[in-house]
Amino acid sequence: MEPLLKVEDLTVYYFTRKGVVRAVEDVNLEAYAGDAVALVGESGSGKSTLGYALLKIIPPPGRIVKGRVVIDGVDVTSLEGEELRRVRGSLVSIVFQDPFTTLDPVRRVGDQVAEVLTEHGVPKEEARARVKELLTSVGLPPRLFNAYPHQLSGGQRQRVAIAMAVALKPKVIVADEPTTALDVVVQRQIMDLLDRIRASGATIVLITHDIALAAERATKIAVMYAGRIVEYGPKDEVLNSPQHPYTKGLLASVPTLESSEWPKPIPGVPPDLRNPPPGCRFWPRCPYATDECRRYLPKLVRVGPNHYVACLMVGR
Amino acid sequence: MEVLGKLVSKVLKSLAPSVPERGRGMVYVGLGIVLAVVFMAAAAPLLTPYDPTKSVADPFLPPSWGHPCGTNKLGMDMWSRIVYGARTVLYVVFSAIALSMAVGVPLGLISGYFGGKVDRVLSMVMDAIYAFPSLVLAITLAVALGPSLVNAAIAIAVVYVPTYFRMVRGQVLSIKEELFVEMTRVLGLPTKDILFKHILPHLLPTIMVVFSLSATDAVLTEAALSYLGLSVQFPTPDWGYDLYRGKGFVLSGYWWLIFFPGLMITLLAAGFALVGEGLSEQVRREVM
Amino acid sequence: MEPLLKLINVRKYFEVGTFGVKRIVKAVDGVSLSIKRGETLGLVGESGCGKSTLGRVILRVYRPTSGKVVFDGVDITDLPESRLRGLRRRMQLIPQDPYASFNPLKTVGYALIEPLVTHGVATPEEARELALKMLDRVGLTPPEEFFGRKPYQFSGGQLQRVAIARAMLLKPDLVVADEPTSSLDVSIRASILELLREFKEGLNQALIFITHDLALAKLVSDRLAVMYLGRVVEEAPTNELFSNPLHPYTLALLTAIPKLGKYRPKEEVVLKGEVPDASRIPKGCRLHPRCPYATGKCRSEEPELVEVSKGHYVACWRVLRA
Repeated sequence: MEPLLKVEDLTVYYFTRKGVVRAVEDVNLEAYAGDAVALVGESGSGKSTLGYALLKIIPPPGRIVKGRVVIDGVDVTSLEGEELRRVRGSLVSIVFQDPFTTLDPVRRVGDQVAEVLTEHGVPKEEARARVKELLTSVGLPPRLFNAYPHQLSGGQRQRVAIAMAVALKPKVIVADEPTTALDVVVQRQIMDLLDRIRASGATIVLITHDIALAAERATKIAVMYAGRIVEYGPKDEVLNSPQHPYTKGLLASVPTLESSEWPKPIPGVPPDLRNPPPGCRFWPRCPYATDECRRYLPKLVRVGPNHYVACLMVGR
Repeated sequence: MEVLGKLVSKVLKSLAPSVPERGRGMVYVGLGIVLAVVFMAAAAPLLTPYDPTKSVADPFLPPSWGHPCGTNKLGMDMWSRIVYGARTVLYVVFSAIALSMAVGVPLGLISGYFGGKVDRVLSMVMDAIYAFPSLVLAITLAVALGPSLVNAAIAIAVVYVPTYFRMVRGQVLSIKEELFVEMTRVLGLPTKDILFKHILPHLLPTIMVVFSLSATDAVLTEAALSYLGLSVQFPTPDWGYDLYRGKGFVLSGYWWLIFFPGLMITLLAAGFALVGEGLSEQVRREVM
Repeated sequence: MEPLLKLINVRKYFEVGTFGVKRIVKAVDGVSLSIKRGETLGLVGESGCGKSTLGRVILRVYRPTSGKVVFDGVDITDLPESRLRGLRRRMQLIPQDPYASFNPLKTVGYALIEPLVTHGVATPEEARELALKMLDRVGLTPPEEFFGRKPYQFSGGQLQRVAIARAMLLKPDLVVADEPTSSLDVSIRASILELLREFKEGLNQALIFITHDLALAKLVSDRLAVMYLGRVVEEAPTNELFSNPLHPYTLALLTAIPKLGKYRPKEEVVLKGEVPDASRIPKGCRLHPRCPYATGKCRSEEPELVEVSKGHYVACWRVLRA
């Protein structure tokens, strides 16, 4: 089976006045229909930039400088203008952390979801009917069509955003910290909804800093550090036998409900992406770093079925 | 003196490269004008040999090399009256504004920070004063106090107290909700420190903007008051007063009697206005 | 041993709204708690449950609408600011957002020295020495370099260390930490927690740790109080709470949170709907519109906290029936 989502050597830089920020570099990954790929990383890891790159919505002064994103056979990175617009929403869509960003406060919620359909050629009457169905499918009563965003709760607004994201039945849905701004109980409801969407054949790319969330919902986990993927593989493998020192460090730094041990922080701070250290980006903080690590940038290497790690120390 | 120094450095800092083009240009031009007038006032004896209160030549002489702005009905040199008039205007404007600030800012601080009855009463009083058209109020007060330079300054000061009060109070209301202000209370800092060391410095940009804009207004108000004879008394040079004296002779063709005083009033007001607009442009950006 | 802090039926209401439509937001609606010296009490709940407001009331940043706050035997409920100031030294706050908690116009050195001089603990020269030593102590070395910097020149983690330094310089007996790590990167949270723990043990402080992160609360707390819509619904020693959770809300929280590991609550509970507005609190038990076990009694009478086993308190009719 061919992967639904293929990212090849993707590199995204932000050309700012203070220098070139190497936000994402040489990212390779694949996902199949029904996968939930979690992009896990901390601030500055590049996970959001990578997510935006999948729809080519990187804000200026950012640009994709190398590589491509192929979704269902379509090279999204090569598209421009009208073609690109057509693909956004129908092939790949996005749900943001703050539903207020997605929703226009002065328009009714139903109209906004309908617009997603009408912009892609669906006639108005049909769109309205579909919107009511969509609202029901995301767990909202259809009468909320006439509601304005401020009249809805945070969870309801996020459901509307999800309705907009799935309206055209895209193959890939990027979810950028979709539940961070919500109540824990509501978080579960939203994640359950995303699971149902995944069950109908879509691929979810879940951007999150919460490893526990990734642990519960992902099928594959990609750990990102300083703009690069350092480890990638099936969830259970990455969590139960992490290979990269950063992954290990990250897992050890998070309190869990069963451990009684104090979590261990990772010393140091992430590098400045305008001037990342030569060699492996993680070496200044890595307990296993050697001279080689300072000089050579590790590439992703296979360590198990579908399990890849970018570390020179692996296996030694 | 220290406060003045801080204000000046605030202005200078605001002219640093980070200020957007539009705002900066305006501030430079405006400051240039104001400083030129200040120079004019300070260097008056160097700029003209004549005493502006004495008759020094034939009356109604048109502008010439010897008398760049001509002479008036009594043979006084208009240029001297312009140059020395700058002192009058600046004196009134700066002292009025200083008085306004000295009253309005602390009251605004106290009202905004403490709230309660004090705030309600003060706000009502200030709103009442603010409701009056500034010119009408200034005139009324000047009449009530009696025509004189000092009283004109006081009248103008009263007019602008509510402006400073409201601006300061509004900002204090929002700043006092900030976490760092909350922390000062948690840390047990005395209230006067909180008000003057922590909150007030944040108000300086706004105060500067209000300063320039009220100065603009004050220049015009002062001119109006002296035009009506409520400010200086003749023969002290004053642009507004000269405007009044000169208006009767326009039809006789002695245009220079009103042109130069009018020009100076407009120029100085515009100067302050440009500074105010330019600064507010920058403050707006900072807030955003 | 007398508790260091006692809250007796504390309520904090806010009036909101303009021009006629005024609503009362009952942020804290009847909370009684106590904490002993050297103890860590975890205050958990979702946003809107009132935990942050409660933290502010404890520090007398807000005056309670009703009820009493007693700190080390002194009733500070209505104490005027002038008398309160001296006591403030002994209770400090570590806030969530380090950047917002510092005056952006002042250097951190100034921020560290100011409280010391104000409270007469040191002269300006002594204060500077103390501040430098403290910066070093919290890991910002060499301290001279950091002393003259302004807040924006620090990373989040570094600035939070400064915030801790600022609080600890006063050697408080009670520390309220309001989500101290939520705005920080995951991998450095542990170091901040370490720092808090070291100070707490060194100074034998009472720590009130406010968070929405149950795993975090479990790690740092001796006791936990779970809040919902302004009230404490369950309170128990940490291990007891996680091995024997009783209140449906506690169970729902434990069911809902993403878990990295095998822990599962004794009983899984799923709540309907979302947290209502704190100005429209349901009658009877606050949770009843969402609770799968709600009965008539739950809809009409509000349960009080009852001790069901040693140190374990629950406010729930279902639990009391059993």
